Amino acid sequence: MGEGAATMAAGITFGVTLAIFGFMGWLALPLLEGETLSTLFTSVWNPQGGHFGIRPMIWGTLAVALPATLIAFPVSVGFACVATHLAPSWARRPLKGIAGFMTGIPTVVYGFSAVFTLVPLIRRMAGQGSGFSILGAAMVLALLISPTMILILINAFETTPQIWLREFEAMGATPEETVWYLIFPVTTPAMVSAFLLGLGRATGDTLIALMLAGNAVLTPTSPLEPARTLTAHIALVMAADFESPEFRSIFACGILLYLIIFGLTLMVRYLTRRPCP
Amino acid sequence: MSLWKRLLIRYGSFFVTLLLLSGLFFFLGHIVLKGGNTLSPALLFGEVAPMDALLFKERVFEGLFPAICGTLCLVLLSVTLALPAGVLTGIWLSHFARGRAKRTLTLCVDTLAGVPSIVVGLFGFSFAILLHTLTKGRIGPCLLIAALTLAVLVMPGIIRTTEVALSTIDRGTRLRVSAMGATPVQAIFHVYLPMAASGIFRGGVLALGRCAEDTAAIMLTGVVVTAGVPYALFGRFEALPFAIFTIASEYTGPEELARGYGAALILLILCGGLFGLSACIACRFRSIKR
Repeated sequence: MGEGAATMAAGITFGVTLAIFGFMGWLALPLLEGETLSTLFTSVWNPQGGHFGIRPMIWGTLAVALPATLIAFPVSVGFACVATHLAPSWARRPLKGIAGFMTGIPTVVYGFSAVFTLVPLIRRMAGQGSGFSILGAAMVLALLISPTMILILINAFETTPQIWLREFEAMGATPEETVWYLIFPVTTPAMVSAFLLGLGRATGDTLIALMLAGNAVLTPTSPLEPARTLTAHIALVMAADFESPEFRSIFACGILLYLIIFGLTLMVRYLTRRPCP
Repeated sequence: MSLWKRLLIRYGSFFVTLLLLSGLFFFLGHIVLKGGNTLSPALLFGEVAPMDALLFKERVFEGLFPAICGTLCLVLLSVTLALPAGVLTGIWLSHFARGRAKRTLTLCVDTLAGVPSIVVGLFGFSFAILLHTLTKGRIGPCLLIAALTLAVLVMPGIIRTTEVALSTIDRGTRLRVSAMGATPVQAIFHVYLPMAASGIFRGGVLALGRCAEDTAAIMLTGVVVTAGVPYALFGRFEALPFAIFTIASEYTGPEELARGYGAALILLILCGGLFGLSACIACRFRSIKR
């Protein structure tokens, strides 16, 4: 009976994962007939005129998520090095604790804080626009995804066999040399998967982009311009009634996001699988 | 390694660490400073007397009380829904799963863990539409559906912590248990689960925090700006993170803005407290094992 219950629960988990995709497919299905599909991957979003192009949102997602990950990655690697090897040993535990605590901070609190601090700052520095821009969103998003990456990296750095670390120490290697010549080469796959998982979190985050990126439907050309990500687009269009083709098209956005995450997950699994003996 | 490279690695790492910490303190400090002044009974209950509000005699309009109640109901309901399914899946993965089935399910859990909360929200919303058509318009987006959606969102976390907690049980215990003639099911439910309880409990607490902070998923599944204290499973509700979000985008005056800061601080304290609790459990767990 116990085993049956466990198997059933596993079945539920499996079912839910498929159902998320299935439900979105079911609601996006009407897009296949009619002319909506042909306009889906164009760059014109004009629901009144029958244009449902989501290409600006795809670019927007890239323009926000990629810089955020590119900022967050070196920061996370540096932080993880400090927390595991470079800092004096009394400071390591608190640093790891802070990284853990940061994963628990509500996204909306970062967003709220940034709306009233970072956005006016960018507005003043840029001297133009409203301050709601890709730059601000990417910076806060970098702060948001760093702890996730840091925890993965710390985990990977700490699984380096103790005996290798001692051998390096015995050969007279400085902590910096240990990090550069031992830790980095050994943990390269873990570092790549930390990058990919960070990218996934940045792509999937809704609130920061929604609150800070300005949400204009434009193909972004400069970091000081506003952009709308796929996630923010879903949140904004939901206000519309649920028979319109406009509403249907956001399920295409959902499917796209799901597939992106699925692809990233597959890549991470490929990287972190145990090598065959 | 040249001196320059060494210095670059060392001070570069310290620099980015400081950068991250200062960014963290900049944003959180702003909330704590601005929100600290607003904490008062009026922030929670507006003009209504606290006792009347707590006993649900009078409805609170200009306070955070309904939003806090909404968040608490939502969080407890969704973790209650997610915990059994999550723990049982964790058990299945660590004890019964073999070969391809195990690989498939871990892929599912990994994917589920990465799916953006807004996409899970979209799933919850389409589920609500399905119910809406099935019940001829009686059930729409509501508290129960939002809780179900959040349960889906936090389940992978619970599954993983359960699996990890169960896998840390040492070989000696396992051998002793089977030597005493316990069936696998008896072993799991009478020995392994109690042993892993604190790890599982910790996963549950982390899930509470995740539910409390998530905004995107509930945005699509029934949260509204004013609904009062949640009164039914099939009713609309308010929630703290959504209140913060709406105040940030559509506040009308300094009073409302101050309420936003207060709400952000309360949410921060709530999530920070839950995280602290989970860290405490982890700490005690470690000292017991030694």
